[in-house]
Amino acid sequence: MRQVTATEGTILTAADLAGNGVHGDDPDVHGKFGIFGGRYVPEALIPALDQVAAEYERARNDVAFLREFDHLLRTYAGRPTTLTEVPRFSEQAGGARIILKREDLTHTGAHKINNVLGQALLTKRLGKRRVIAETGAGQHGVATATAAALMGLECVIYMGAVDCERQALNVARMKLLGATVVPVHNGSKTLKDAINEAFRDWVTNVDTTHYLFGTIAGPHPFPEIVRDFARIIGVEARRQMLELTGKLPDAVCAAVGGGSNAIGIFHAFLEDEGVALHGYEAGGRGLETGEHALTLTEGSIGVLHGSRTYVLQDEEGQTIESHSISAGLDYPGVGPEHAWLKDTGRAAYHGITDAEAMEAFALLARTEGIIPAIESSHALAGALKLGRELGPEATILVNLSGRGDKDMGTAMKYFNL
Amino acid sequence: MTTLQTVFAKAKADERAALVGYLPAGFPTKDGAIAAATAMVEAGCDVIEIGLPYSDPLMDGPTIQDAVHRALTNGTRIADVLRTVEGVAKTGAATLVMTYWNPIDRYGAERFARDLAGAGGVGTITPDLTPEESGPWRQASADAGIDTVFLVAPSSTEERIKAVADCCTGFVYAASLMGVTGARDSVSSAAQGLVERTRAHTDLPVCVGLGVGNGRQAAEVAGYADGVIVGSAFIRRLLDAPDEASGLAAVRELGAELAAGVRA
Ligand SMILES: Cc1ncc(COP(=O)(O)O)c(C=O)c1O
Repeated sequence: MRQVTATEGTILTAADLAGNGVHGDDPDVHGKFGIFGGRYVPEALIPALDQVAAEYERARNDVAFLREFDHLLRTYAGRPTTLTEVPRFSEQAGGARIILKREDLTHTGAHKINNVLGQALLTKRLGKRRVIAETGAGQHGVATATAAALMGLECVIYMGAVDCERQALNVARMKLLGATVVPVHNGSKTLKDAINEAFRDWVTNVDTTHYLFGTIAGPHPFPEIVRDFARIIGVEARRQMLELTGKLPDAVCAAVGGGSNAIGIFHAFLEDEGVALHGYEAGGRGLETGEHALTLTEGSIGVLHGSRTYVLQDEEGQTIESHSISAGLDYPGVGPEHAWLKDTGRAAYHGITDAEAMEAFALLARTEGIIPAIESSHALAGALKLGRELGPEATILVNLSGRGDKDMGTAMKYFNL
Repeated sequence: MTTLQTVFAKAKADERAALVGYLPAGFPTKDGAIAAATAMVEAGCDVIEIGLPYSDPLMDGPTIQDAVHRALTNGTRIADVLRTVEGVAKTGAATLVMTYWNPIDRYGAERFARDLAGAGGVGTITPDLTPEESGPWRQASADAGIDTVFLVAPSSTEERIKAVADCCTGFVYAASLMGVTGARDSVSSAAQGLVERTRAHTDLPVCVGLGVGNGRQAAEVAGYADGVIVGSAFIRRLLDAPDEASGLAAVRELGAELAAGVRA
């Protein structure tokens, strides 16, 4: 029974974290969502993954842990985040009623903080004093550096050299917060290469170090843990929608990179059959150019970064480099739970091009005075299309996963500002 | 054809450890890899692991990353890997493929096992395939008559060592340290303990890899293991050589030093 939630000012329950298995969609003992997920990692890492899984199992059923996490979410991250109705923006969406879940208003400016605070607490329970993380847009890196500063943990962030350049502001933020930022010059010099490098660090320093994974990809138990810590987004939004509109939304929209903000808002709605779930991937310069990150919509099933999922790969299993104007969506893999939601048909996934995302980015700024992250702008662009399809009777909830301050460099170039 | 079983039986009869050399296909060039692996065999390697170059080698240190990157840039494909295996197997060395799982997964497990056996390969080493996920691959390998080698690590519990060893045929690969591939100044002290723990769970030969780079280290490891695996040190010789001929000479020299080491 769910009596208390974060937003009611008391404590999170185990049910808030994971739905307590009521959805029957927790992964199996091998971390599988259907055929997806699992563990494809060097044997050396198995004990560490087992340790994280076991400690998480204890933590999620420990009232003291839930209380501490809840306290941080409310007093540090700024939860609950509000809903904002955006009528002027909605005019461009065929008049459908668009409502934003404002994760951009959290401390550090994106949904990533939710997962990071949970895992930082877990790091302390694991008795580890060093955290490492990968980052694309820099939001997960900033959030991790923030939590590390808060809790006195040593912090090293791996970031592709290309991303360091396009998200320079976030590199500076991480450094100011006391983290070491390591630019990764291998491969495509983006998120996937940062993840490779973080795994190399982890296997070398696993005794002292927790890999604070930033999205719902990677080997079991990361997809489950990151989902559970992000789940608060949908738990809050579902109730707030009922309060605000008296009913559930017709559709929920979110951007999909690795998939954490999307699963965070989707998960609480999985059992609500009337609520359509739409994920938007980065279409980059367009499917026909080959320069995109359309993992779910155009990829094939394979193994990347320890998990069976959809992957952008060639016919011999070599990863194909992705492209997106948004660093946070520039990833050729995706969380296994989204692969499963796609194959079961519970969620639908679509592509949004760089141009469509940037148009939505500018439109929200001009019509509503909110500058969204370019990642989140993919969900906004998706909602514009969906609204035109569904018509003025429809209510659409959009996860505004982050704010656009970090993207000003890109915007200045794109719009000649 | 030389099998892993005959290699280890012979080494045992000679009262020495077997020498296992690693080199990615396509490095330094497609033909250069066959030439270099042949030189390794001529210098005394009993077993050759041909690496299948993969775009995301998350278990590898800078040296192998560099070699693999060059191989991929050369346009090395699975057909080239199989051709390399074929060339090396002709020397009489037992020839394996070492690969991350996804290329096999994508190529098709049965097809890969069949094609590898057809090229004269005797098995695979798959460092990121865990016992839990290995069922289909072990079946395909058994059907094709090739061996499956998996890794144990210093962090492995007794339960995990048993689970991994139970999936192995040919030999068990003991990773000497917690870390990525690459030669080190000294062989990790964890290696000997791991070999002993592994022996408690299997009668298969146990080979030690990661961090071995010279004759002294090879001799040390040969004191307690059935085989000594060397990769990055060979690659380093090729990377540092000004031209192909001197690269091959350097590989021969290291091979001879290591071969003497496993006989010390
Ligand atoms: C604001 C924002 N939204 C979305 C993402 C994409 O990640 P995910 O798909 O895990 O939510 C990122 C990643 O950096 C981000 O910063």
